[in-house]
Amino acid sequence: MKKYFDAKYKELPIGGLIEEAGNAEKYVTGTWGTFKPVFNAEICIQCFFCWVYCPDSSILVKDGKVVDIDYVHCKGCAICSTECPTKPEKAIVMVKK
Amino acid sequence: MPQILALTGNEAVAYAMKQINPDVVAAYPITPQTSMMQKFADFVAGGEVDSEMVLVESEHSAMSATLGAQAAGARSMTATSACGLALMFEILYIASSYRLPIVMPVVNRALSGPINIQGDHSDTMGVRDAGWIHIFSENAQEAYENTLQAIRIAEHPEVLTPVMVTLDGFIISHGVETVTIFDDDKAKKFVGEYKPRYTLLDTKKPLTLGALNFSDFYFEHKATQLEAFNKSAGVILDVGREFKKTFNSTECYEFFEAYKMDDAEFAVVVLGSTAGSVRMVVDDLRSRGVAAGMIKLRVFRPFPHEELAKALKGLKACAVMDRSIAYGGDGGPVHIEVRSALYGIHPAPMMCNYIYGLGGKPIEPEHILSVFDDLKEAVVKKSFKRRVGYLNLKE
Repeated sequence: MKKYFDAKYKELPIGGLIEEAGNAEKYVTGTWGTFKPVFNAEICIQCFFCWVYCPDSSILVKDGKVVDIDYVHCKGCAICSTECPTKPEKAIVMVKK
Repeated sequence: MPQILALTGNEAVAYAMKQINPDVVAAYPITPQTSMMQKFADFVAGGEVDSEMVLVESEHSAMSATLGAQAAGARSMTATSACGLALMFEILYIASSYRLPIVMPVVNRALSGPINIQGDHSDTMGVRDAGWIHIFSENAQEAYENTLQAIRIAEHPEVLTPVMVTLDGFIISHGVETVTIFDDDKAKKFVGEYKPRYTLLDTKKPLTLGALNFSDFYFEHKATQLEAFNKSAGVILDVGREFKKTFNSTECYEFFEAYKMDDAEFAVVVLGSTAGSVRMVVDDLRSRGVAAGMIKLRVFRPFPHEELAKALKGLKACAVMDRSIAYGGDGGPVHIEVRSALYGIHPAPMMCNYIYGLGGKPIEPEHILSVFDDLKEAVVKKSFKRRVGYLNLKE
């Protein structure tokens, strides 16, 4: 991936061909958002709504539990926070970067 | 041995396709292209080609299927006209940006509306900036020979750019002429075997084609495309020279044919079948002592600005004939380019533009003669009656 980003235009593959399969994972999209979700494990009830609704795959799960957010890929769409059912305080809140 | 046959332009191009023997041909009928693919379908049905012929539901699909097959590693072709080409518009840009060397004969026809099925150049002129090399033909023989050459140009490793070869609707596509069809083996050898850069069907080496390019890559991608496009100019000349040598062809396969231009004072710049009529008028004028000449433009994209400027420099006056309109532009598309080519050239000829032949409006020798008369008069009066005029319009 880095070789494409560092390349001068004449060094790019002809016709935009990507010769490295599955490298979308290495494409950093976490810089796009204005807000970022912040996860609070103490409030989380492990309902997995955020994991189901995330249009990327930015809800990190470890040993069957939601543990954090993948900030390399999260674009800050706030769907996780909107869907989070905990009250009165949400387990995922959006904060300005 | 070469065969001399009585063929329509469409049949002649179908013979070229037979000798090219593409792996995949996807097509949808549209007048006046239909009889080309009909003839090619005969070759498919008769087992004379190995092509997989795909009958699709629209031209958008025809170009999409051709693009997909070419990306998979197959030599692929299609053909169309007018509104069919317009429906392909989106996919034309995608084919050129993926650098897929597709060759497409286009039978020039007027775009709707009003609806019309006859010849003019508005269809391919409408896609002149789609990143396709754009080669015009004067007659059936040239359409056949240009199609064979187009494969070599498109597939050249420095170029890898799609090519459209055009022939005027009905005048060339349906008129019967004697056409020399070269020996199969010799033609096949000239065209050569297609060696794709990659195939998308190799599961051991997965590749991605057509990924989203944001602002971090889009401009860079387009710049590489443009530079390869510009390199095609030299390749077009090389392929033309090799073609002439291989087949002892008498046609001119440079960017344009300069007919009686060496000592010309007045000249007409023209594309396609009308060049035949202009040549006749030039001969007539020459026999009466008028220093007339003609530039028959063959390659419209890439446009040969420098070469054309050299050919036109020193003329007293020249007229550019456009078989399409560029609304709000400085006359028609060819005029815009030729005028731009002459910027900074001294002495530049006086120059005017004529729109003619739209929707199949006949163009007779008398109309072309009137153009030369206008040029002579303009030189005497030091100005043109009109910068952009019409020919054979009921006015």
